[in-house]
Amino acid sequence: MSGTDEAQSEAIKTTPLHGRHVALGAKMVPFAGYSMALQYPTGILAEHLHCRQSAALFDISHMGQISIWGDGAAHALEWLVPGDIIGLARGALRYTQFTNAEGGIEDDLMVTNAHGRLMLVVNAARKEADLDLLEIGFRGAVDVALHDNKALIAVQGPEAQAALARHAPAAADLAFMHAGAMNIGGADAVVTRSGYSGEDGFEISVYDDAAGHVWDLLLAEPEVAPAGLGARDSLRLEAGLCLHGHDIDDTTSPVEAGLLWSMGKRRRQDGGFPGEDRVLDEIANGPKRRRVGILPEGRAPARENTEIVSAAGEPLGIVTSGGFGPSVGGPVAMGYVDAAHAEAGTALGLMVRGRNIPASIVKLPFIAHRYHKN
Amino acid sequence: MSDLKFSQNHEWLRLEGDTATIGISDYAQEQLGDIVYVELPEIGQQIAAGGQAAVVESVKAASEVYSPVGGQVVEVNSALEDDPALVNSDATGEGWFFKLKLDDVAESEAMMDESAYKEFTDGLD
Repeated sequence: MSGTDEAQSEAIKTTPLHGRHVALGAKMVPFAGYSMALQYPTGILAEHLHCRQSAALFDISHMGQISIWGDGAAHALEWLVPGDIIGLARGALRYTQFTNAEGGIEDDLMVTNAHGRLMLVVNAARKEADLDLLEIGFRGAVDVALHDNKALIAVQGPEAQAALARHAPAAADLAFMHAGAMNIGGADAVVTRSGYSGEDGFEISVYDDAAGHVWDLLLAEPEVAPAGLGARDSLRLEAGLCLHGHDIDDTTSPVEAGLLWSMGKRRRQDGGFPGEDRVLDEIANGPKRRRVGILPEGRAPARENTEIVSAAGEPLGIVTSGGFGPSVGGPVAMGYVDAAHAEAGTALGLMVRGRNIPASIVKLPFIAHRYHKN
Repeated sequence: MSDLKFSQNHEWLRLEGDTATIGISDYAQEQLGDIVYVELPEIGQQIAAGGQAAVVESVKAASEVYSPVGGQVVEVNSALEDDPALVNSDATGEGWFFKLKLDDVAESEAMMDESAYKEFTDGLD
């Protein structure tokens, strides 16, 4: 037997919660330069299902936390992203992407308007690149800082509010995609009602030295169980959410990726971001390919890079994320197909180990989002 | 001590006459995590020693299963089609993969017994 996901380790970083993961018996794996919990002894399936049924606690301190401030910070950020940042209300957050001159996606990120200061959460593997992008793009007009002394903890699931509100009552009143400064067991925290699971939930930013305390408080709540990167990946896949480097990268445009909803009307009309030529053209005339949900028949998972063919056997595209959906109870996938064959209900084939597995295009998400209703 | 023999690729084998039942070890299922799919060989298929015989998929990834001995597939565990988690719950029992009619029974003699395999896996952690 041999695994296909062997990873190398060199000068690996740890999060402030590393010791807790080890003590909990987590299987630690290298990810984006960090030693991260892939799963705890309960396993990915149980952790995933616990998140959908109750609440799961994730250490996502590997993510990059960057803030930018100064006059015109929102205007300056709009030079680099297609999202409406100027229109982002105080205390609100929004999903957007760093685009390149070709309209591809350099990274995707969350932007919170924290009373004038913009707080960004970016992917771990991209934080240095994003920092360069910001510093070069702003040409000194706006201040930028990477907070490598901050941890990020996510609590996700229908019982996340109940668990967090025992320590931070204001969490119960926080609206979806809004942020608040809170005190959790004596620690200063910035809490956003957001996440990457498709469930209601929160992301909690605290200084490194308080991370263990906040983690322990939440883990002691009866609703809460720890979950690793394995469950985080299967949850986001079922929720139809993109993973940068897989479902979106420097060649895929936000339009192809089905992320037009994140742009806002003004930006779609006026442009003014890197790659606007391609993006605006695709808005007007349609993209050549589209990201779609794919439901394979049977039980065999179709993994990333699986070739997608038409019912007639012609190449149509490629799977960018695929695996087993624990809440679906079977395999699920996302990928890009020719725009002419992207309609829900279209029959496809997936070439898995030389065999053509029948599949069909389905509307995303696989599991309906259950975000907090404001 | 059991009558099981183990390979360095974490397959186990139980010999009865000239027929071997083959699966993956408890150590292997533990490493893989929750198993969600097993692709089994075809009955009648000829498999060489060291040849790929099956694929086992966890939530995370797909892994190949190699046959430690050569022979012809005479039976497969079709219960794994509906319940691949049997590999997790009973790797060396109900979670068996396939049975081979061996070309050469002596081939299995070089495999590790349970205590040697335990020593081998202890050295991997």
